[in-house]
Amino acid sequence: MSDTIALRLTAIDKRFGPVHANRGASLVVHAGEIHALVGENGAGKSTLMKILSGMMPVDSGTIEVGGRDVTGWTTADAIAAGVGMVHQHFMLVPTLTVAENVVLGREPVTGGRFDRARAEHDVKMLCEQSGLDVPPDRLVADLSVGEAQRVEILKLLYRGARTLLLDEPTAVLSPPEVAELWKVLRRLRDGGATVVLITHKLDEVMAVSENITVMRAGETVATMATRETSPEKIAKAMVGRDVDLAVRNDRPPATAAHGTAALEVRHLVVRGARIEKAVHDVSFSVAAGEILGIAGVEGNGQTELLEAIAGIRNVTSGTIVLGGQDITRRSVHTRGEAGLSHIPEDRHRRGLILDYSVAENLILGQQHRYTTSGLLDRDAIEQHARHCTIEYDIRPADPSLPARALSGGNQQKIVIAREMSRAFTVLLAAQPTRGVDVGAIEFIHAELRKARNNGKAVLLVSAELKEVLTLSDRIAVMYGGRLVAMFSRSEASEEVIGPFMTGAKRERVA
Amino acid sequence: MTALLFLAQTVRIAIPYLFAAAGGAIAERAGVISLTLEGFMLGGAFGAVLGAHYTGSPWVGIITGIAAGLLLGSIHAVSSIRFKADQVVVGVAINLFAVGITRFFLQLAFESSSNSPRVAGFGSETSGGNAAAFLDNPLVWLGLAVMPVLAYVINKTRFGLRVRAVGEHPQAAASVGVPVNRVRYIAVIASGALAALGGVYLALDQHQFTDSMTAGRGFIALAAVIFGRWDPVRAGIACLLFAAAETLQIQLQAAQIIPSQFVAMIPYVLTIVAVAGVVGRSTPPTALGKTSE
Repeated sequence: MSDTIALRLTAIDKRFGPVHANRGASLVVHAGEIHALVGENGAGKSTLMKILSGMMPVDSGTIEVGGRDVTGWTTADAIAAGVGMVHQHFMLVPTLTVAENVVLGREPVTGGRFDRARAEHDVKMLCEQSGLDVPPDRLVADLSVGEAQRVEILKLLYRGARTLLLDEPTAVLSPPEVAELWKVLRRLRDGGATVVLITHKLDEVMAVSENITVMRAGETVATMATRETSPEKIAKAMVGRDVDLAVRNDRPPATAAHGTAALEVRHLVVRGARIEKAVHDVSFSVAAGEILGIAGVEGNGQTELLEAIAGIRNVTSGTIVLGGQDITRRSVHTRGEAGLSHIPEDRHRRGLILDYSVAENLILGQQHRYTTSGLLDRDAIEQHARHCTIEYDIRPADPSLPARALSGGNQQKIVIAREMSRAFTVLLAAQPTRGVDVGAIEFIHAELRKARNNGKAVLLVSAELKEVLTLSDRIAVMYGGRLVAMFSRSEASEEVIGPFMTGAKRERVA
Repeated sequence: MTALLFLAQTVRIAIPYLFAAAGGAIAERAGVISLTLEGFMLGGAFGAVLGAHYTGSPWVGIITGIAAGLLLGSIHAVSSIRFKADQVVVGVAINLFAVGITRFFLQLAFESSSNSPRVAGFGSETSGGNAAAFLDNPLVWLGLAVMPVLAYVINKTRFGLRVRAVGEHPQAAASVGVPVNRVRYIAVIASGALAALGGVYLALDQHQFTDSMTAGRGFIALAAVIFGRWDPVRAGIACLLFAAAETLQIQLQAAQIIPSQFVAMIPYVLTIVAVAGVVGRSTPPTALGKTSE
């Protein structure tokens, strides 16, 4: 890290209609450092980065890059000046190859035709220089999420970017992919690049950054050197109060009706998109008043398992029993009536209709309860929405806004509110805190514990091992579509579970 | 000899389909719905007859026909891209507009509500006669070449790469500086010219314009595009297949073995089968019809 200032944003102000996204925010980044920009969802981090990368004009304030005032520049100007952004939602054309995606917009042309060989050669060279490994001739549609992200970074490097802005790059990655990303970013930094990393995962901040800027409610509230701070201090700055980050070992009340299996799965086989047996002979049960956590690297059948139980994916063989009732071939609606609640892993695809209002999203699947003689009961819906926005702290507290207008964390709160405010006995929680800030994580964890303590059965699937370990009473490990191990909470730790997650160890689970 | 006659008839029928399907393929690959092919063809046919009538040259007819296609293509492009209108609605509107305006000018120029006078064209006779006579028509050769050329443009050139990117993920293309709207304008206006050539061929082959003479061929061409899964070469094969079915229908009609209506259904039945996913998956360009985002 040198003392040269690479980026300086001063008094940035930006409004979207009634939403004041940035209120005089500032950011100073030195050349050759990895700088973490942290804050809760809706704190204005992404907006600030979009302004910096030229995607959005600023209302007021100044942007300096390398000492030059560039306020009001376009994406093209930013790219030309070596500033590029990796978006949270990838900007890749799935039907084109890796090389085609990387060179798009700056294609090498020989004699009037697109020179594919040269594009592939250039991309290969870039891969070798940067340590980002992706086969240039593969279709992007066939890549894993981690590989797709590497293509995004390659795109920037191909355009000569020296300043990389990454918007929550780890939200979609598995732990080994995250480790790989850190390696790449450090290597780029050592080569003189400047990196700004948007995140709200504090362990990441501590692991990889040199300096930290904390945003809250559109303002810059703190800047600190990573060496001189702690996760607790950062969390406090983000939320504006003390946050309990520690693993709490509260046991459920002993009186909870243990033993009665609320959900039972026997010899379940489920077909995946690409494999015949994405879930391969899986059996387990979840008791009332228990959280069963399923740990595992993503893509080992957890998604298919939960979708099968939820009723949105067909079962090849096996049975699913809910409260003594066989629901294997029942409709989603029947399952819901029988007491099944489901927080889907992908809120955009499964959890919400983004163009519907918050109030409407809060009754999805429950609309028959808010109907009088065939017509929607506006009053009841609005009352429910008002109740939920307060109870679940959904911000902004305006149920008439489309769900699209809310930040990711608040969108997730809509899903949580809907699924937990209705009557249920079994809750399926898939990645319940994905892409959600610390304050909201704390809240969602508390809700899951509360459900458990009220005698609900909770089946939790999370890519965050820490989350599974913190919340679960029992922990199952899934690998290659099978349950390869089952632990009680006292036996489980990252060290014990790790080898099972990677398939290095396995034991048959009855 | 009958096989040769069958082949000749098939090619003759296929030429307008090939031009129109080429237009459909390029516009749809760029993400703009091509319900307009029928209208482009009709406009092209009328434009060609006007040009050929006033100059006596079929070559001028080709140019005026293309001009009509460019004009209609521009209307489609401006309303769909600039004003982000619903492309299905624009498509229907342009087709109706083409029927109306050609009818209006037919009356104005030739004082007839049904057909124009005979104009210069290609080939000595309108139909039948010498099976090889149609080969004198330069549009036949152009029509046979159009799909391979389009395949080259789409798959091998920079413009083609951009067309594919824009039709699949316009935001991604825009984020790396591809001028999304400009690519779409070029694709849609080119589709107007290409489809118009299909109409030009019809008019110059028959040496006259008759009211609504395209008779649904634009829709069959669009069906061929879908049947060919938006790939120029496959769409071209689909055009030949549909033309062969039509030739069969004409010959069976004479023989009266099965009702001709059933044979006439073949292209549409094949399209439904294709769209229903029986012949592999048929996935349109992801951003097809979405210019508003």
